[in-house]
Amino acid sequence: MSFNLLVLTCIAYVILLFAVASAAERSAAEGRAKWLRSPLIYTLSLSVYCTAWTFYGAVGYAARSGLEFMTIYLGPTLVFVGWWVILRKLVRIGRENRVTSIADMISARYGKSNLLGVIVTLLCISAGTPYIALQLQSIAQSFTVFATDSVGTGLAADRNFIAFWVAAGLALFTIAFGTRNLDVNEQHPGVVTAIAVEAVVKLLALIAVGVFAVWFVASGPADILARIDAQALPEWHIQPGRWTGLILLSAIAIICLPRMFQVTVVENTDDQHLATASWAFPLYLFLISLFVLPIAVVGLEVMPTGTNPDMFVLTLPLHLGQDGLALLSFLGGFSAATSMVIVASLALATMVSNHIVVPLWLKARAVQNLDTGDMRVLVLSVRRLSIVLVLCFGYIYYVISGGSAALAAIGLIAFVGVAQIMPALLGALFWRGASRTGAAIGLTIGSLLWFYTLFLPSFGPDVILSARVMEQGLFGLSWLRPYSLFGLTALDPLLHSLFWSLLLNALAFCVGSFVSFPSPIERVQGALFVDIFDRPGPARSWTHPAAEAEDLLPMAQRILGQSEGQSFFRVQAELQGKQGYLPDITPEFLEALELKLSGSVGAATAHAMLAQTVGTAVVSVEDLMAVASETAQIMEYSAQLEAKSEELSRTARKLRDANEMLQKLSVQKDAFLSQISHELRTPMTSIRAFSEILMDGEGMSDEEQHHFAQIIHDESIRLTRLLDDLLDLSVLEHGQVQLNIGPALLRDLIDKSITASNSVQAERKFRFTRSRDPETIEIVTDAGRLTQVFINILSNARKYCISDDPQMKISVRRRDGMIEVDFTDNGEGIPRDKQALIFEKFSRLTDSMQAGGAGLGLAICREIMHNLGGDITYVPGQGGACFRVSFPLELSPREASQKPLGKETEAVE
Amino acid sequence: MEKRILVIEDEPNISEALRFILSRNGWQVDVSADGHAAIETMRKDPPDLLILDVMLPGLSGFDVLRSVREVECTRDLPVLMLTAKGQGADRAEAERLGVTRFMTKPFANAEVIAAVQDLAGT
Repeated sequence: MSFNLLVLTCIAYVILLFAVASAAERSAAEGRAKWLRSPLIYTLSLSVYCTAWTFYGAVGYAARSGLEFMTIYLGPTLVFVGWWVILRKLVRIGRENRVTSIADMISARYGKSNLLGVIVTLLCISAGTPYIALQLQSIAQSFTVFATDSVGTGLAADRNFIAFWVAAGLALFTIAFGTRNLDVNEQHPGVVTAIAVEAVVKLLALIAVGVFAVWFVASGPADILARIDAQALPEWHIQPGRWTGLILLSAIAIICLPRMFQVTVVENTDDQHLATASWAFPLYLFLISLFVLPIAVVGLEVMPTGTNPDMFVLTLPLHLGQDGLALLSFLGGFSAATSMVIVASLALATMVSNHIVVPLWLKARAVQNLDTGDMRVLVLSVRRLSIVLVLCFGYIYYVISGGSAALAAIGLIAFVGVAQIMPALLGALFWRGASRTGAAIGLTIGSLLWFYTLFLPSFGPDVILSARVMEQGLFGLSWLRPYSLFGLTALDPLLHSLFWSLLLNALAFCVGSFVSFPSPIERVQGALFVDIFDRPGPARSWTHPAAEAEDLLPMAQRILGQSEGQSFFRVQAELQGKQGYLPDITPEFLEALELKLSGSVGAATAHAMLAQTVGTAVVSVEDLMAVASETAQIMEYSAQLEAKSEELSRTARKLRDANEMLQKLSVQKDAFLSQISHELRTPMTSIRAFSEILMDGEGMSDEEQHHFAQIIHDESIRLTRLLDDLLDLSVLEHGQVQLNIGPALLRDLIDKSITASNSVQAERKFRFTRSRDPETIEIVTDAGRLTQVFINILSNARKYCISDDPQMKISVRRRDGMIEVDFTDNGEGIPRDKQALIFEKFSRLTDSMQAGGAGLGLAICREIMHNLGGDITYVPGQGGACFRVSFPLELSPREASQKPLGKETEAVE
Repeated sequence: MEKRILVIEDEPNISEALRFILSRNGWQVDVSADGHAAIETMRKDPPDLLILDVMLPGLSGFDVLRSVREVECTRDLPVLMLTAKGQGADRAEAERLGVTRFMTKPFANAEVIAAVQDLAGT
């Protein structure tokens, strides 16, 4: 078989994988292709556990150690069949917390500690790099097998060259499908689908070679069993202790290996898939391990002595001239190696970028502002770089180790390395008391022990650890010998390392957790992780659109209302570039719908309703419609109630206001009557007293007699004036006043008013400031009434303006057909709190009788001005008291008959 | 010795009428229109009777009565209160504050004289 054909086949196969992956990505992006998210694909993707090491190495392992290779399959089988509770919890936590890697999981659980993330990442890189190198080696080796078997060996001999191109190609593939975009869930349907295809290829290849060995080389199962018995070597004896250790180790590895965590937890889309995988994955392991021993036995018999049993799967068909079968076998091995490298480098790159590179980069550039766009680009670039780095490490490790025999053992060594994560991981899932400190100490101690007792010695003596250290222990301390730590010599190096590292790791973890006190965030995260199943509700993202827009629209309409529901759907459809009002049920649409609904019915209800409609339909759509309808009715009803109650409270407020007003009026009425009584009785008291004195007619002079008569006369006039005022006010208030409208010169009216008011406290001399021109204007109004108002204002000023040099400024202005006359004195003005009262009846500001009036003056003025179609107001802030009298230039009889709006006087009656 | 009567009343005509009829009947009459000043005067030299108007500027008649009853030397001073408002509430308030006699304006001169006779004696 030509080497070029092999390369061509390889390239064709890789192109096929690219095609499968990109097709899967495309349909996933469009939200179709439910089969992509089927339990079958999930199970097949788990087979990334079976690397080239299992594909080729298992046969070699079997050839050397008999059935022991089975332990590598038994551990995972036990986990999936017996421990799937752990897996279920792991998967649920991983999905709900959007965990991106095992390092992220540990870091998140222990208070989002990046220290732990870094430790786990470094550990995984240490264990993973040789493992990747191993895959590169196996591919290079398999190429070489073909090359040496055929002619034209020149190019093929260069293994490093092959390994380099394989690494480069895998980096390209991983970058293309692993970092296409930055999905929050870190899911890569393209990669997973390609892995699933490869899983099928490697299974078929191994079964094909097995069938060939059993039925074509040997003569059937019976023959094979006989040959196995015949072959049985002394080393093939089962060692129970070692078996137990290896089963435990592989059981831990299936959970802790970064690539396994990636496919089991990170790429998982549904808890239910685990249920299928719990039997299907062990079945896969069973099938792939079924023919290992037969192939090994046939290989040992058929192949020349000294042939590497690790390559039996490939060399056996080649040796027997089955080129086609050999090619299939080659593709199987290629699949096993590439799938491992792709997933491992993806998982490791995620850890490296998330826990090491990005934090460092952010710290370095902490000062600068980053918008999210920059972050996305940054993270994607870092991710790509990390993939290249991880593969570079693998390649460099491969080149340096030179494909040594040490590499063959690296699979189990890596297992022990990642097993150090197990105590912290189990604590994360089941022990709320587990703390960050405990996890960090345990992980560190375990990792160091693994390094010292297994990883470093695995390079062989004098590579990293000198032979002296190996034999006499570090610093010559014999109890520090790497392979017999603390004097323990009974175990082989692997189990010895596993025992000590895991034991001390777990011990340190427990002690550390007991001793340290977890921070609040650790406790919160601990509760979140440990009690994950106690909390209701699945992950709040829509990964399983299984409903039709036709179902969702009526539901949305019942909640949002006919038109709003429909317009929301139409807008969403437009956003998707669709006509009409039925958008595709994409996760984005569902999130938008949930958000919209939650605005109406609350987040929980909205999510529950959508979950029921979209997810596993326990409740029928009809039932939900009824619920939705009810909710809408209740909401409408409650809205009505709310409106009614608001109306009621408005009415109650009005009633309260009216009642208050009535009470105020009643009080005012009492006060008014009391005032009238006082104002009437006071002059009558004088009149009665003096008239009785006069009637007595004794003991007084003529002057006295005359003076007393004068008092009686004056008080009678005062009484009359008071009665006049009261009647005047009553008439004015009821609009029954007869106005005598005619033309008059404003200046004359002001002159007359000043003259008339001069008699009040005549001894006070006022200085008047007037503007003649504006005053010289002809107005049409009831001149007598207007003069009465002016006189009242001027008289009040004479009474109340306390200035030693009293002044009065009269200014006239025209505004919008109205005349405004301002009377401003230079007194103290009226206090702010009294300004609202002065136009009320009997509102003398002081109770002093010196003012000589009953306190009705301004009340009458206001009524007069209202009757004249104008108003009188107090203008605050003018220095002294300032009254503004405004009235129309020409008062028409119609205007006069109307009281201005909003100037209702409080009727006492 | 003539009995002294203090009249606190802000209506000049009414206080003049009271002064006339009481002087004519042999009492010595002092008139004040201002509550504050009158209280000061009374504390120095308490009269034999106080005639008090309710509606006064500044301090009301009730305020004056309250302060009269507060001070030792005028605590037992007879007080005749006159009101023009004629409200039951005023009478109750005056009695609560310890008025001796309460009369409504307008009054008959003979009634005032009888009351003064009764409260201050001749």
